[in-house]
Amino acid sequence: MAGEDIYGSPEHLAFRAMVRKFVETELAPRAREFDEMGRPDKAIFRRLGEMGLLGIRYDPKYGGGGLDYSYHAVFLEELTRCDNSGVAMGISVQTDMATPALHRFGSEELKEKYLVPAIRGEHVAAIAVTEPGAGSDVAGIKTRAVRDGDHWVINGSKIFITNTANADWLCLLAVTDPDAGYGGFTQIVVPTDTPGFSYRLLDKIGNRGSDTGLLFFDDVRVPVSNTIGDPNRGFQQQMNQFQDERMVPVVTSPVSARHLWELTLAHAQQRVAFGKPLSKMQVNRFKFVEMMIQITAAQEMAHRCIRKMVAGEDVTLDVSMAKVFCANMKQYVATTCVQLFGGSGYIWENPAARAFVDSRLSTIGGGADEVMKEVAAKLLKI
Amino acid sequence: MKILVAIKQVPDTATQVKIGADPRAIDTAGITWIVSPYDEFAVEEALRVKEKRGQGEVVAVSLGPDRVKEALRSCLAMGCDRAIHLNDPAWNGADTLATAKALAAVIKQEAPQLVLSGRQAIDDDMGAVTAQLAELLGWPCAYWIMEEAIDADGKTVRAARQMEGGVEVFDLPLPAILAAQKGLNEPRYPTLKGIMGAKKKEIRDVKAADLGLAAEPAQLSIVGLEAPPPRPPGRVIQGDVPTAVKELVRALREDAKAI
Ligand SMILES: Cc1cc2nc3c(=O)[nH]c(=O)nc-3n(C[C@H](O)[C@H](O)[C@H](O)COP(=O)(O)OP(=O)(O)OC[C@H]3O[C@@H](n4cnc5c(N)ncnc54)[C@H](O)[C@@H]3O)c2cc1C
Repeated sequence: MAGEDIYGSPEHLAFRAMVRKFVETELAPRAREFDEMGRPDKAIFRRLGEMGLLGIRYDPKYGGGGLDYSYHAVFLEELTRCDNSGVAMGISVQTDMATPALHRFGSEELKEKYLVPAIRGEHVAAIAVTEPGAGSDVAGIKTRAVRDGDHWVINGSKIFITNTANADWLCLLAVTDPDAGYGGFTQIVVPTDTPGFSYRLLDKIGNRGSDTGLLFFDDVRVPVSNTIGDPNRGFQQQMNQFQDERMVPVVTSPVSARHLWELTLAHAQQRVAFGKPLSKMQVNRFKFVEMMIQITAAQEMAHRCIRKMVAGEDVTLDVSMAKVFCANMKQYVATTCVQLFGGSGYIWENPAARAFVDSRLSTIGGGADEVMKEVAAKLLKI
Repeated sequence: MKILVAIKQVPDTATQVKIGADPRAIDTAGITWIVSPYDEFAVEEALRVKEKRGQGEVVAVSLGPDRVKEALRSCLAMGCDRAIHLNDPAWNGADTLATAKALAAVIKQEAPQLVLSGRQAIDDDMGAVTAQLAELLGWPCAYWIMEEAIDADGKTVRAARQMEGGVEVFDLPLPAILAAQKGLNEPRYPTLKGIMGAKKKEIRDVKAADLGLAAEPAQLSIVGLEAPPPRPPGRVIQGDVPTAVKELVRALREDAKAI
């Protein structure tokens, strides 16, 4: 297997076996139930916490595993077997999108209060950046936090927020000084039971096992001590946290695409049309090869990013390029597999059908392709 | 209390078993190996006994080639304190009796008060090693155990197993051997901490000579493995309904002999 230098040790293998067993026995059998619910059962976060899977790379001081990113990558890869990308998204929001900044920049007091229960799975966290008026253009957000003594008073709204219904707290990005440009944003932990907070869920075409919503803040008061890190560097801290977020589709897409490829090949080998299996027709054989070329290339890009994460190197350029490549690869594999399944590929219970709608998000969420290319262009000094 | 758990590494339950180039063995290429599930119940129970009594030692033992270390490591990750690996070419092709003899020799050295195993390994389903081991040691033994409780003094164990329409309860003086059935417990997952901690725990390699055992040929030898005959293809009965039903009944009675 490629990537042995990253996760080939006996400990990695034992860890992979443990996560796989957990995912296959406790998550996968409930996959369609979570679709029906429109969200993951909150109890699974607690189970993940008990298993030590929500803070694999976090400091043991806060209940984390204290391990390097390679173990976390194993976790993310195996999580794709939960057969519900909405549920996997909800979980990875907790581990990779809403907590890294708190772990990296938060005060001891704040970490004790919010990070520790998140690692235990007692709290579910959400990341609240996107707004109705600004998504790709993060600096265009309008949600305001105004200081009033020891409190922030928050007004505004956020949209497309994952874990909306399950969340106990939000990692919110708000404008605190509209005149300070990129220095005028602050990351604030907002408990969802604070008066003035409300939400409405949105009906999505895919990732149906995830609770995505619209959030409203109407004079929501939280202590100033809930500020994560430097109050003037919320924007920069969030840009840093986005690198963790973007690693998720990079790590997971090659694995889930390969799995779909295998399922589709098994179908094509036994489905007979015009007297022979679909897989024996050259046009289809080539499709499988072409898909595997893309999957293999994406896997290598993912491994390159994982190695850099383990080494603690800046991954911004690599992850920006890899996210574009992996997201497009995933969409291409999904739509090609739907074609190979024919009519059954259009039925919800078919994994290719779900991958087709679920993966449509991948070139938009967490930074659209165009945004990733802008980042890369800047770093490549084009 | 010292508890020894005898485990076997077997192919994963999802494995598509193929007969190897040597038709007396399966093709092991690409197989994922696991601890036999019944043995996992035994490991879990041993850990629970230790935890309940607040002290003790759980030792995992297995006989087999180098790859068996991985299975022992997963027992250590679950919480076993140390492991013994009976690893010697002399045991290649060991039958259940040779395996039981090796285990008996280790048990004499280790002198545990309780030995646990699975009721059978899920690869060849022989289920003989534990009984042979009890015979060699002269210890009491109970199979298919669904419950167990050791008395406060650690002198006897009460064990129960399910029977047709009821439960059979035994008292066995310790030391004794119990073979676990599904339902005894729900085995824990190894924790992340357990997996990392397993690296530091001892896996002792033991050779036949270390146990004073001479190599002896297996008394039970495999002559050959045969795959079950392939299923005949299905048959669609054509024709109008009354004729087709007649033909179906005839085929079920005369060809399939099902009615
Ligand atoms: C299911 C789901 C879950 C989500 N979860 C979260 C979450 O948990 N937290 C959160 O904060 N957000 C979340 N989002 C929001 C997501 O990150 C945004 O949708 C995304 O960043 C795009 O922003 P937008 O929707 O405002 O689109 P816009 O910014 O309006 O962009 C629309 C399109 O314009 C194009 N475009 C944008 N910028 C450029 C450019 N510079 N050059 C050329 N073309 C460009 C792109 O094609 C883009 O798709 C989620 C979204 C979805 C659908």
